[in-house]
Amino acid sequence: MHHEAPIVPFLGLYFNLANVLMITVASLIVFIIAVLSTRTLAMKPSGIQNFMEWVMDFVKNIINSAMDWKDGGRFHVLGITLIMYIFVSNMLGLPFSIVIDGTLWWKSPTADPVVTMTLATMVVLLSHYYGVKLKGTAAYGREFLKPFSFMFPIKIIEEFANTLTLGLRLYGNIYAGEILLTLIAGSLATGIGGTLAAIVPMLAWQGFSIFVGAIQSFIFVMLTMVYLSHKVSADH
Amino acid sequence: MLTNSLNSLVLGAAEGTHDAFLNTGDIVFQLLMFLILLALLKKYAWGPLMGIMKQREEHIAGEIDAAEQSRKEASKNLEEQRELLKQARLEAQSLIENAKKQGDIQRDEIIALARTESDRIKESAKAEIEREKDQAVEAIREQLASISVMIASKVIEKELSVADQEKLVNDYIKEAGEGR
Repeated sequence: MHHEAPIVPFLGLYFNLANVLMITVASLIVFIIAVLSTRTLAMKPSGIQNFMEWVMDFVKNIINSAMDWKDGGRFHVLGITLIMYIFVSNMLGLPFSIVIDGTLWWKSPTADPVVTMTLATMVVLLSHYYGVKLKGTAAYGREFLKPFSFMFPIKIIEEFANTLTLGLRLYGNIYAGEILLTLIAGSLATGIGGTLAAIVPMLAWQGFSIFVGAIQSFIFVMLTMVYLSHKVSADH
Repeated sequence: MLTNSLNSLVLGAAEGTHDAFLNTGDIVFQLLMFLILLALLKKYAWGPLMGIMKQREEHIAGEIDAAEQSRKEASKNLEEQRELLKQARLEAQSLIENAKKQGDIQRDEIIALARTESDRIKESAKAEIEREKDQAVEAIREQLASISVMIASKVIEKELSVADQEKLVNDYIKEAGEGR
């Protein structure tokens, strides 16, 4: 079950080539889907344009549930890109995984904590950036002393906890899903009887993983917007 | 078998795939890729899509306005048409009235004309009759005179000359004419 990762040092940085590959694949798929669906735009939408507009409205609703559209409109593009990217990433590892010479090449990029923590850190840093930008440094700093000044350390811890939970929740869900899929496929389906026996749990778990992947991408964007609204909105 | 796998699963989860190194390159790559994706999608997908959604919103608002406008116009037109119809009806009524009046006048004129004409014809007919009658009376008188003369001459052929007799008869007829 434990596969090696193709790690290559380059310019003093360590690259997991499998991650690099899968990030690129996921980004490409998202880009192709998005561009294909918006290539022939019409006032009267049809087919895939409808789907894309539904995604936009979906993200818009998420943002609206967290903050004013006046504040949150600027995060619309970020939200759509995030939800598409994470959803596609979550789905990538479901149909199969590719292992060559004990090295895992094809998997969900979100099944790696480094990737998810990068996204989570980016989101939290963005929230701080927009907090300073929209409310001013003084008002941004005062937020850490509310409601009581002695809660300052807790507030600081909260920021790190937010980042950690945001990233590791996604990682944990997707990684666990893939581990179980690998387990079913690799350990249970060894003979003919085992393969037959593996079909039902495989189907069930893949269906559940699709559900989990969709839910996790939704939750990630939802929490992103909540964290952003905490920093951006005046009434928090 | 299963315990074996579970062991290796636990092992795998514990060891991870990156415990030896932190994949700093992955961080950079993921961040870079995501930002590039964000920029590209904003330019090529979400931007145009949001544009068209905005455009549609405006289009719908414009259409609603236009519909409202045309509805107002239509009701205004209807009112106008109704007014016109009323006017036309009134006009038609007055026309009919006028025509009737005109007809009455014309009828009276025609009748009057016919009456005078008929009067004139009657007069002329009467005059004709009178003249004819006078002529006839004259003729009869002449014939009667000659016949009387003939009769008288036959009666008193021998006693009276033709001139005397004629005079006598003429006197008599004149007398009779005056007496009538």
